[in-house]
Amino acid sequence: MSMKALRAPLLSLAFLLAGCQSVLMSPSGDLAVQQRNLILTSTVLMLLIIVPVIVLTLWFAWHFRASNPKAHYDPEWDHSTILELLIWSAPLLIIIALGAITWVSTHKLDPYRPLDRLAAGRPLPTDARPLVVDVVALDWKWLFIYPEQGMAAVNEVAAPVDRPIQFKITASTVMNSFFVPALAGQIYAMPNMETTLQAVVNRPGEYQGFSANYSGNGFSGMHFTFHGMSEEDFARWVAQAKANGGDLSRDAYVKLAQPSENVPPAFYATVAPGLYQAILTHCVQPDDPSCLSRMQAPLPGGEAGMPSHPNSSD
Amino acid sequence: MLAQTDLSRLIFGRLTLDALPLHVPIVLWTFVVVAIGALALLGTITYFKLWGYLWREWFTSIDHKRIGIMYMILGFVMLLRGFADAIMMRAQQAVSFGDNLGYLPPEHYDQIFTAHGVIMIFFVAMPMVTGMMNFVMPLQIGARDVAFPFLNNFSFWMTVAGAMLVMSSLFVGEFARTGWLAYPPLSDIVSSPDAGVDYYIWALQIAGVGTLLSGINLLVTIVKMRAPGMTMMKMPVFTWTALCTNVLIVAAFPVLTAVLALLALDRYAGTNFFTTELGGNAMMYVNLIWIWGHPEVYILVLPAFGIFSEVTATFSRKPLFGYTSMVYATVVITVLSYLVWLHHFFTMGSGASVNSFFGITTMIISIPTGAKIFNWLFTMYRGRVAFEVPMMWTVAFMVTFVIGGMTGVLLAVPPADFSLHNSLFLVAHFHNVIIGGVLFGLFAGITYWFPKAFGFRLDPFWGKCAFWFWVVGFYFAFMPLYVLGLMGVTRRLSHFVDPSLRIWFELAAFGALLILCGIGCMIVQFVVSFRRREALRDTTGDPWDGRTLEWSTSSPPPKYNFAFTPRVHDHDAWWMMKRYRYQRPLDGFVPIHMPLNTGAGIVMAGLSFVFGFAMVWYMWLLAIVSFAALLVVAIAHTFDYHRDYYLSADEVRRVEATRTELLARHV
Amino acid sequence: MSELSTTLPASGAPAQPLAFHDTAESHPPNGTLLGFWVYLMSDCLVFACLFAAYGVLGREYAGGPTGAQVLELPAVAVNTALLLLSSITYGFAVLQMQRDRQRPMMLWLAVTGLLGAGFITLELREFAHLIAIGAGPQRSAFLSSFFTLVGTHGLHVSCGILWLIVLMTQVARKGLIPANKRRLMCLSMFWHFLDVVWVGVFSFVYLMGVLP
Repeated sequence: MSMKALRAPLLSLAFLLAGCQSVLMSPSGDLAVQQRNLILTSTVLMLLIIVPVIVLTLWFAWHFRASNPKAHYDPEWDHSTILELLIWSAPLLIIIALGAITWVSTHKLDPYRPLDRLAAGRPLPTDARPLVVDVVALDWKWLFIYPEQGMAAVNEVAAPVDRPIQFKITASTVMNSFFVPALAGQIYAMPNMETTLQAVVNRPGEYQGFSANYSGNGFSGMHFTFHGMSEEDFARWVAQAKANGGDLSRDAYVKLAQPSENVPPAFYATVAPGLYQAILTHCVQPDDPSCLSRMQAPLPGGEAGMPSHPNSSD
Repeated sequence: MLAQTDLSRLIFGRLTLDALPLHVPIVLWTFVVVAIGALALLGTITYFKLWGYLWREWFTSIDHKRIGIMYMILGFVMLLRGFADAIMMRAQQAVSFGDNLGYLPPEHYDQIFTAHGVIMIFFVAMPMVTGMMNFVMPLQIGARDVAFPFLNNFSFWMTVAGAMLVMSSLFVGEFARTGWLAYPPLSDIVSSPDAGVDYYIWALQIAGVGTLLSGINLLVTIVKMRAPGMTMMKMPVFTWTALCTNVLIVAAFPVLTAVLALLALDRYAGTNFFTTELGGNAMMYVNLIWIWGHPEVYILVLPAFGIFSEVTATFSRKPLFGYTSMVYATVVITVLSYLVWLHHFFTMGSGASVNSFFGITTMIISIPTGAKIFNWLFTMYRGRVAFEVPMMWTVAFMVTFVIGGMTGVLLAVPPADFSLHNSLFLVAHFHNVIIGGVLFGLFAGITYWFPKAFGFRLDPFWGKCAFWFWVVGFYFAFMPLYVLGLMGVTRRLSHFVDPSLRIWFELAAFGALLILCGIGCMIVQFVVSFRRREALRDTTGDPWDGRTLEWSTSSPPPKYNFAFTPRVHDHDAWWMMKRYRYQRPLDGFVPIHMPLNTGAGIVMAGLSFVFGFAMVWYMWLLAIVSFAALLVVAIAHTFDYHRDYYLSADEVRRVEATRTELLARHV
Repeated sequence: MSELSTTLPASGAPAQPLAFHDTAESHPPNGTLLGFWVYLMSDCLVFACLFAAYGVLGREYAGGPTGAQVLELPAVAVNTALLLLSSITYGFAVLQMQRDRQRPMMLWLAVTGLLGAGFITLELREFAHLIAIGAGPQRSAFLSSFFTLVGTHGLHVSCGILWLIVLMTQVARKGLIPANKRRLMCLSMFWHFLDVVWVGVFSFVYLMGVLP
């Protein structure tokens, strides 16, 4: 019994070791690295109590088996104040530690918070200006708009290494989740609402990105490539897109937004002004009833868009 | 011509022949097989002339024990359906790489994972948990039945009606393709115009009525009907967990009812609660449904904790260690379960302070849960642990559940959740706690109380086979998912690009096959045990040398449970009675007040099913007629004042004399 | 059973044998009122959700009419008076019931039902008016949540009236037997509960709604 039952945790440990090579365990962006470290710290902290519990369970079960005449049998023993204190305080201590870590790390790694470092020991240069990328989750592909460069791309996105990136994220119809595991954690992409992700990539390379929230038929094919590049390569990437791409006018956007699956990467050399804001407020087509209503009765906040924290109304 | 179409629209709504899956071979064959199976079953029942017996003794029965058993049967049958979905998903994910798109197109695959989640939670775990509480709890508190016996029967049949509605979506139309919580805007009328989400809504609403009523019923039973002397702190731990679970049901299911009603209004009446237009807010749905959804998890797992407490104490031959702290831990979990719902969507961007608040409250739940684990641990300490099958499930649970608990706390750290949310890591986590906690608990409970329900034990050999297949299969099926989650693989994908993932999916599929063997062993176990029932017969009513009151009566218990209402002096009441060499009373019986069977419950639930089906397909005429009929039957039932009778003292004497004879023959 | 001897207390069984069962048939107390109370609390949660939805969406006019524009306080004041009054008349009915005076009780019940019907009529008129001026539940999230909250309350009152009629028939046929008295008490709780909810609706939706 004990050996066979031991196999389970051992097996899982082996699995976890195999997982060390995985993208979450060896990421390329500073945010993801810190999240990885947090996962490891919390796991180790919890193993402090989990491992003894598993060992004690198997040991007690084996030692006090009915067929073991040597084991002490105390049929009335059902209370011990010291033990009770111990079994409540041991998890309590772990949770106090973990809770403190949680509070600090949640604030430090808040996706809305502007970065204060590029990587461990490398503070943000004072002149660093984040690269803004507007992200729109469409049915079923990703649109990336670069306001600074005045270009757009579908299912492909690139950023220079060691330059902070500010993703502003929304969706056209249904909810998705924007996730590049090697770069940073995910955040929902919701229609009518905007979320933000501040991130930085530290190593050049091609990384998988996808929607991490099921969104319908074409969901499985809704992935894109994230390129981490040197400044020069990035400039070349932009120039190439500008040379080969078409125009993302409002009409072109409406056509693009029609549902389609497994869409290959595509580029747009120009983007209609104010397109992202129009998508966010349902105003790409001016006769959209939602847009009309917004025009007539602006939100209490006075802005055309939604508050960036969707839960603020709760 | 036009008039004719109008008429057919009025009668059939939007249901046309196209809704039948005549062109989808997989579904068609499933239908053929199910239909043959159903015909065979119906034929057998007819051949053996069992209809009258089933109707009188089971379908219309208001006996909590029979209703409990019927709940368990419903749960087990639905487990087969839910598991068929699981196997299909595992097979699809194991083959669908690169150019191979697998054998399930997305529109089919998406229905399968939605149905799997809905069925496993609402129609497997819920009926089994409710059934367990129904059967065991009144016996444990020394009651003759539940507080509202008719309501109990009605609740059961409403659950069946909901299950039937889900099942009919397999063959008429389609089920939702939205995931098991049907988040809008994906589930709104624009993105999901077909009947799938409507099946989802009406199935859950109808079953939800049953769940809520049964929650009220069992809650009142525990509060009002405990045997004299059984104060709250002398209740068996399973009854305590049942109490907390029913409090949670009563306080959580109305939220589900409300939020699904709002979704239905959006879909049927064109309102704007969760739409993306005219001011609707879909995120409100996500919040509300998780305010129900998180307590739901504890609704399922608390009774399992109760079962483990009973099993550990019985098979360690010791009172439960730390009864008081066990009770307080249960109560603390009950309260805290309402303060954590936001941890299901940290990634919505609620801000760091909100996220960390909910993260930390989630972690706090692990403190009482941890204390519980230690309590079971120290119950074994200085015990005489008998490794009967229920105890094996308990040890497997303790080892498995702490792993699931650990990954759960990990997911409660918001920045970690940003990486792991919606990944296969999450899928592995909740299967780890639901299979390793709820299901193992139910299996332990089934094996433990089976002799009480049927008068013979389950065959231990096949029980052990099932145990090993399940446990090993579970680790094979879900440990790879943890790894895949760390590799950044998200859930609900029907196709993958990266071939290096494949080996993990194949391992998981192998694990699912092992679990299939486990389920097969369980079925064999039931058959073998039935055939060997004379050898496995429990004549004493107390096959495990139990501690609580249910073991003081015969197996199976008489209709009235206890000839005389027991009087309780301490917890582990039956253990104490045995210590004091309690003598069963052999005469002096008095007539016993009993409830009468009624068919109103099954009729009303049948009409609810028709109403739900009509609403799904926009058959307005049928909907109005069936709803009116439902009202009429319900009102007519209230005119029936003749709901009880007295079982004569002679009858009680006869039943008890049979037991005396049986005991004398075997001791 | 061999284990039993080892678990006996060292001192053996005490001198005074404990009674482990009741020899007479014992009836547990009736749980109907408690059960109904618990049901009301669960119903209260349904309303809590609707209030929450109204709280979130109540200012989402989407360019449509605002509460101040469409809600007419005088009509609602009459409505509120009707419902509060019906609670009082139900109270009178219960007083008569406790004295076993069936006829006056039925009279008070009838008055209660009529007041309730008046409430429903006024509410339906308000709804019809709103829909006629283009302020139906589809117009905006505010109106969706308004119609749903107020409509759900109205649906409850309608159910209460139907229940009242059924109960009056039952009392007429069977008299004031204990089962009927219990039912009348349940309906009484239900009726007062709806009154309390209406106070919430009136203050939260109407009074606060007409604020700019």
